[in-house]
Formats: sequence, C-alpha cells, structure tokens
Amino acid sequence: MAKSIDVSDLDIFYGSFKAVEDVTIPIAARSVTAFIGPSGCGKSTFLRSLNRMHEVIPGARVEGKIVIDGRDLYDADVDPVEVRRQIGMVFQRPNPFPTMSIYDNVLAGKKLNGKRLDKATADEVVEKSLAGANLWNEVKDRLKKPGSSLSGGQQQRLCIARAIAVEPQVLLMDEPCSALDPISTSAIEDLIHDLKESYTIVIVTHNMQQAARVSETTAFFNLAGTGQPGRLIEYGQTAKIFSNPDNEATEAYISGRFG
Amino acid sequence: MSVHLDPGPQRASDSAALDESWYAGSLPRFGPWGLLAAAVVLAVVLHLGLGMATGVAVAVAWLVYVVGLTGWSRIVEGVRKSVDRLATSLVTSAFLIALLPLTTLLYQVISKGAPAINSTFLTNSMRNVVGEGGGIYHALMGTLLVTGLAALMSIPVGILTAVYLVEYGHGRLSSAITFLVDVMTGIPSIVAGLFAYALFVLFFGEGIRMGFAGAVALSLLMVPLVVRSCEEMLKLVPNELREASYALGVSQWRTIVKVVIPTALAGIITGITIATARVIGETAPLLIICGATDSTNLNPFNGRIMTLPVYIYSQYKNPGIPPEFSIQRAWGAALVLTIIIMVLNLVARFTSYYFSPKSKA
Repeated sequence: MAKSIDVSDLDIFYGSFKAVEDVTIPIAARSVTAFIGPSGCGKSTFLRSLNRMHEVIPGARVEGKIVIDGRDLYDADVDPVEVRRQIGMVFQRPNPFPTMSIYDNVLAGKKLNGKRLDKATADEVVEKSLAGANLWNEVKDRLKKPGSSLSGGQQQRLCIARAIAVEPQVLLMDEPCSALDPISTSAIEDLIHDLKESYTIVIVTHNMQQAARVSETTAFFNLAGTGQPGRLIEYGQTAKIFSNPDNEATEAYISGRFG
Repeated sequence: MSVHLDPGPQRASDSAALDESWYAGSLPRFGPWGLLAAAVVLAVVLHLGLGMATGVAVAVAWLVYVVGLTGWSRIVEGVRKSVDRLATSLVTSAFLIALLPLTTLLYQVISKGAPAINSTFLTNSMRNVVGEGGGIYHALMGTLLVTGLAALMSIPVGILTAVYLVEYGHGRLSSAITFLVDVMTGIPSIVAGLFAYALFVLFFGEGIRMGFAGAVALSLLMVPLVVRSCEEMLKLVPNELREASYALGVSQWRTIVKVVIPTALAGIITGITIATARVIGETAPLLIICGATDSTNLNPFNGRIMTLPVYIYSQYKNPGIPPEFSIQRAWGAALVLTIIIMVLNLVARFTSYYFSPKSKA
C-alpha cells in the first residue's frame, strides 16, 4: 500500500513569488519523514505540493518533478483529485465536518465521492479506521454524535481516521499536534508510530523533540531572509541530524541557537 | 526552567489609591428603579395635574430621570459608574424609541384588522360584493402564487450566483457581478414593475396583465437579496473544511454541494425566507403588471390576478358606500399579510436553529 516519493529540482511559486527553491529529496516508503525549520521557510508549502493541495490557492504553481510509483504527479494528464485520493492529509487544526456525525465523518471520503456502501461494509470501515486512529474505544458508544462534540485531541484523531478510511498510500501531516495538549500529542505520536507500518508518513513539525521521537528521516528547511525562497538545507537519518549534522545552520537550529 | 515573577517594590500611594477605589460606594439596590418610578409619577402629574401635553410630560420626566440618576451616581459612586449609568439609560431609551413604532403599528393592525377576520373573509373573493361581506381569498391565493413563482425563479439563480462569486469567481467577471448585484439591490420596486411590463409587452402587446410577469418583477427585487445573504453565509464556511474535503480526493463541485452548502444551509434558508418576506409585501410593481380584480384567478399565466398589497390599496382607495366595510377589509388584509410575514420570519428562525451544525452532543 505504501509508496515512496522522489522529489527533484522542485520550485514552488505563489504567483510570481518563489516560495520554495530547488528541493531534491527522496521520501522512503513505510517510514516517517519529518520536516523541521523556522516559520515561513516553506515546509508546509512543500508538504502541500506533495498532494497538489498547493494549487487550490489561486496563482500557485510548481516547477520540477515529484515522482511517485514511477509517475510524475504534475504530468498534464494527472488528475489532482485522484492524486489527493491516494495521498491523504491531516491539517494543523482539527477540522471535522460540523454537519456530520462521528460515523459520517469517518466515511466522508467515500460518501462525498458518491460511493454507496452497504451497512456492514460501512460499519467495518468505520471501526477499522477509528481503531487505526486509536479512537474506537473512546467513541464507539456515541458514533451518531456530531464530530465537533469531541475534544481537540479526539477531533484530530477523528481527522486521521477520516484520512486513513480512504486507504491512501501516503499520509501528509501538517503540524498535527500544534493545537493539542501533551497527552493528546503523545496519543497521536503513538498513532504515527503504528501507522508507519502501513503508510508513508510525512510530518511537518515545530517541535524538534517530536521530530526526534517519531521520524526515521529528518529534513531541515531554512530561508536566507525575508522575501527569499525557502530551501532544503539538509536531510538524513534523524539520529544523525540531531547528533552530528553536516550543516552549521542545522546545528544552530536544532541546538536552539536561532529560530 | 523556572520562571521568577518579581512583583517589584510597591509604593504606599499606589496601595492607598487602590483601596479607595475598591471601597467606592454604590447606589441602593432598588435606587434606580425608585427613581424611575418617581419619574413616571412626575410624568403623570405633569400630564394630568398641570395639563402638559403627553409628549412634553414624558420628555421632561425622562430628562429628570437621566440627569438625576447620573448626578446621584456621580456623587455616590464616582465618575466611571455614573458614565456607565448615563450610557445605559441612553442606550435603553434609544431601544425603547426604536420599539415604539413597531409596537404601535402591530397594535393598530391587530386591533383594526382582527374584527374583520372570519371564515367568509378568508374564503370569499370580492366578486359581486357591494358593501358588506366579501373577502381576500382571491388576493391571498394571488399573493401566494406570485410570490411562490418569484421565489422559485430567484432562489436557484441567487444561490448559484453566490456559489459562483464565493467559490469560483476571482477575476473581473465576479467584481462586475458583485457591482451589478449592488446596483440591483437599490432598484426602486416600481422600476422593476415597469421593466417587467415593458418586457411582457414585447411578447403580448400593450395592456398585458399577468401573474407570472408580476413574479418576474418580484424576482428582480429578490435575486440580489438572495445573492447577498447566501454570499455572506458561504463566506462564513471555514476554508479548512473545503481543504479537508479536497484532501480526501473530493472534487470541487462535490465539496460545494456536500460540504460547503450543508454547512451554510441554516443561514441560506434564513436569508431566502427573509428575502421572500421582504418581497411579499411589494405593491407598486404588482399594481402595474398584475392589475386588480375582484375574481379569483388561479392561473398566473393568464389575465389579472389580485394580490394582498394591491387589495389593501384598492380597498382603501376605492371604498364603496358606506366606506367602513372596505376600510375594515383593508385592515383585515393588512393583518393577514403581517401574519404571513411573521410566520415566514418564525420559519426562518426555526430552520436556522434546526439546520445549524450542532457543536454539542
């Protein structure tokens, strides 16, 4: 199910403004890759370009190659809607659909696409996804309640359940714990640990301990100054990046001397 | 890491000032109410005892109350609280003044219209009625038909325009549409009636009267209202929900139909209902294009059709001899129209409560 991603010479633009420049990085399957770096360095922008969410913003475009499974994501005949079906995303703020119950939120990816599911299959998908997101035991007795009745951490796990219910190949997470308390954060980190058995996970985080805890590979992004494009400074095994990085800026950042 | 909070040295004068303000006095609990009662008594005395006009007596008593309360509070409670009391009384007075026309209007309509309403009034037309009797059946049906048709035309156009403006439009076309909608909001209703008349004259010749044409005129007035309210409601839907839907591989139109519109549904329905309530009382365009008749006409595509506002107007303008039956019928029709509008507003309230996303279980 999981796929690896190869990014080469990627530039990302908002209109004429170049936000991210010249990123080349392989992202391994069945592992967790963390993006760290100061605010505004293009981590989230880069993450959003990995499932073509980037182009939802008017004027945004991409140059370069993102190859997954031997195909360029940005080929003219690739349907961005289909890409997003394969590459799921979890956002910074939990965003369950307020009009839907917990049950329907989990099935949203299927139902919104007009798929008809019989009751048994639907129940099975809901239980499997919620169990996969470590939420089943907490909500199994109130599946018909609105998704927004849950706590922030539960809502975020509901969003993860919603994302894995469509069985994507890759899961992108944009600072999934930044709005959560330490206990919910720990629940989600455990979950990431379990999920990497079956998914390729890319996570953006501002929390370096979190990057160190959950990821196999860490990539450090930085920008030279305001108005300059963000760049990928270095990437490598998380243990190496956090103990003995090659680049001075990386060392300064992870040791807390700037950023 | 530990954080050390240093409160800093405290000066004696600071704490003294603090203590004073902590223990400032306050008016007795029912003091303001007592003052109000005194002001009411004053107004009654001025009016009945000294023969002042009601308005003048009330104004004087009001002034005495506001100045008295503020002054009293200033002496006892200090500047800040007295300003607060002044502002509170001014705001409350403004609210009561705003309420005055509404309540008198409702009182007038109910007290004069209620005696007219009975089963004959609701089920009979004015056909062959001279003097007593007769009813609003033809006008009621006409209003429901014409307004219903107008709503049927305006709602889809309005919602789709709003969806275009919020979800798709970014360029010059969308700002042009926004501008035109703004202009349309300001069109005098009589102009909409003349436009509909001119349009239908092209097809049917001079002197055309038709319920459907009235619906066209009303929808000219209704579309901008629907567009505006739906636009505001769609804008309120957080972008995160759209992105969440896109990230699940849902196409844009499915996102709009299944996520954005359901989330905004309560507001959209409320907006539509209020727009309907707004045009249901239009008189001028219907006077031109629907005409007036005494008979029931349930075919909006053929001939004159009576509507409630036009009925009120014609009963009032051309009363029979003696005139009081006509005048009473006009008030009765006004009451029925007001009730319809009130019901529409209540429906709007109810739907907005019923359809809005529930956050709590």
